[in-house]
Amino acid sequence: MPVDIDIAKVANLARLALSADELEAYGEQLLGILEHAERVQALPTEGVEPTSHPLPMVNGFRPDEITPCLDRESFLDAAPDSCDGQFRVPRILGE
Amino acid sequence: MTDLADLTIVEAGAGLRSGDHTARDLLAAVTTRAAVTEAHLHAYLTMDHEGAERAASAADDAFARGEDLGPLQGIPIALKDNMCTKGVDTTASSKILAGWKPPYDATIVARLRAGGAVLTGKTNLDEFAMGSSTENSAFGTTRNPWDTDRVPGGSSGGSAAVVAVGSAFGAFGSDTGGSIRQPAALTGTVGMKPTYGLVSRYGLIAFASSLDQIGPFARTVADSVTLLEAVAGWDRMDATSINGPVPPIGRSLDEGVAGLRVGVVTEFMGDGIDPAVLAATRSMIDKLSGAGATVGEVSLPSSEYALSAYYLIAPAECSANLARFDGVRYGHRATVDGTTEDMMRHSRAEGFGPEVIRRILLGTYALSAGYYDAFYGQAQRVRTLVRDEFAAAYADFDVLVSPTSPTTAFRVGERAADPIAMYYSDVCTIPSNLAGDPSMSVPVGLDADGLPIGFQVMAPALGEERLFQVAAEVERLAGFTARPWLATSEVHTP
Repeated sequence: MPVDIDIAKVANLARLALSADELEAYGEQLLGILEHAERVQALPTEGVEPTSHPLPMVNGFRPDEITPCLDRESFLDAAPDSCDGQFRVPRILGE
Repeated sequence: MTDLADLTIVEAGAGLRSGDHTARDLLAAVTTRAAVTEAHLHAYLTMDHEGAERAASAADDAFARGEDLGPLQGIPIALKDNMCTKGVDTTASSKILAGWKPPYDATIVARLRAGGAVLTGKTNLDEFAMGSSTENSAFGTTRNPWDTDRVPGGSSGGSAAVVAVGSAFGAFGSDTGGSIRQPAALTGTVGMKPTYGLVSRYGLIAFASSLDQIGPFARTVADSVTLLEAVAGWDRMDATSINGPVPPIGRSLDEGVAGLRVGVVTEFMGDGIDPAVLAATRSMIDKLSGAGATVGEVSLPSSEYALSAYYLIAPAECSANLARFDGVRYGHRATVDGTTEDMMRHSRAEGFGPEVIRRILLGTYALSAGYYDAFYGQAQRVRTLVRDEFAAAYADFDVLVSPTSPTTAFRVGERAADPIAMYYSDVCTIPSNLAGDPSMSVPVGLDADGLPIGFQVMAPALGEERLFQVAAEVERLAGFTARPWLATSEVHTP
């Protein structure tokens, strides 16, 4: 599969506000890296199962024990903004 | 007279128990050492003097009461700055987390504290552990104590440097594609990546969750065992930690290699490997053979593709993990007149450095509709091939060996403009991460420029006992006693 990148679309998906110059520079670098990464497509892998995790591990269970939660205030104190015991953000909707 | 900062952990621990010195003496020794070396290295981002003093005093009080919490009680240890330390700055070397003080301790930090360790501070890294030189830190480059014009490797370059120079007795780093072993090789220290899941990742700021693993830096193999034993084992807070017995990590350190089968990885012994590194590796292989090991060649043909697969899998996982940095719950928030989503876009673009942005974009692309199967899916199938080849190799060999890094320490700036040349630094270390296997680097010599060369030993999952057994023999056979100029007495004698 030939490598082509709509870098503005990718930056949008990644929620990164990049300038036109930055987009162009990153787009070129990504092409270089992907041309290298594309080599993986040369390997025949028909019938090979993908590995997403190194260990043959299914569902890590633990005893259901009641333990104290971390303190809410300590998390809110470390946040950029908070109000009434919750994280506070700018308006959600546009004009 | 021996400077206390040059003792091994085993020696320092013995001295604490015989009354030769106190934990406060050990802390003073590394603090004094750091006062000289930090001006050259910039290996620590934060030194927690108050916390360390308190912990050292507590350790001395405990010894006085006859209480012994284990071999790290009273020993000064440093942590890579991507591990959460309650109330102490934790930045992952990113502007996006500048000034953040976690409200909780990572499990590894809690275990070290419970064992009486004295935590000296937080060490520099490539931003979010993405890099092989520590040049990608938002807070300045760390230098190599053997030659300060050169990099210490990365991403755990700060942890490697403090151990090499004696401003900590040991340190912990994290290894996603070689980020413990490669800096260990470049600084002449022992760096070890445990089996995936042997050490809890709770409180480690995630980069690529299926690859990340915390491990120790030490000046000797025996110290490395001590550090790993203190933190290994199941953790209810990490569902990917192994819920089973910890292997007898240090049981066979003195057993030698007679009768063991050592496989030399063909693909890592040719093109692209520096001649001096190759010569030192061959020389150690001959010595292992002389010590009674059965040495053979083994081919891992997919390893050629492992690097390419890694640079799809790791960015894909990082693009998902780093989505949490959005200026809402922690870290940098951009001042933007707009919606929450505008704020998020600008917070992320302002807070992340270029390499992190590069990898987020790469991973987002590799996971996006239309490309997923050709890139990410195919990379995961290559990962299966790599694992299968390792498994087949371990049917014939107890351990595999290779150089750790294709070159010795390179100059600051030399590879900064060429991401692919930088990525090649990890060509020998990445396959163990893809397979989830344990692996370590032991220093075996110096090149013509006086720079250390690391020898890599790899073992199958949970094969830590055999891994350390061979590493200990490599250490004995190498007789590597050189120290970086910055750790020598001429520098530190007033």
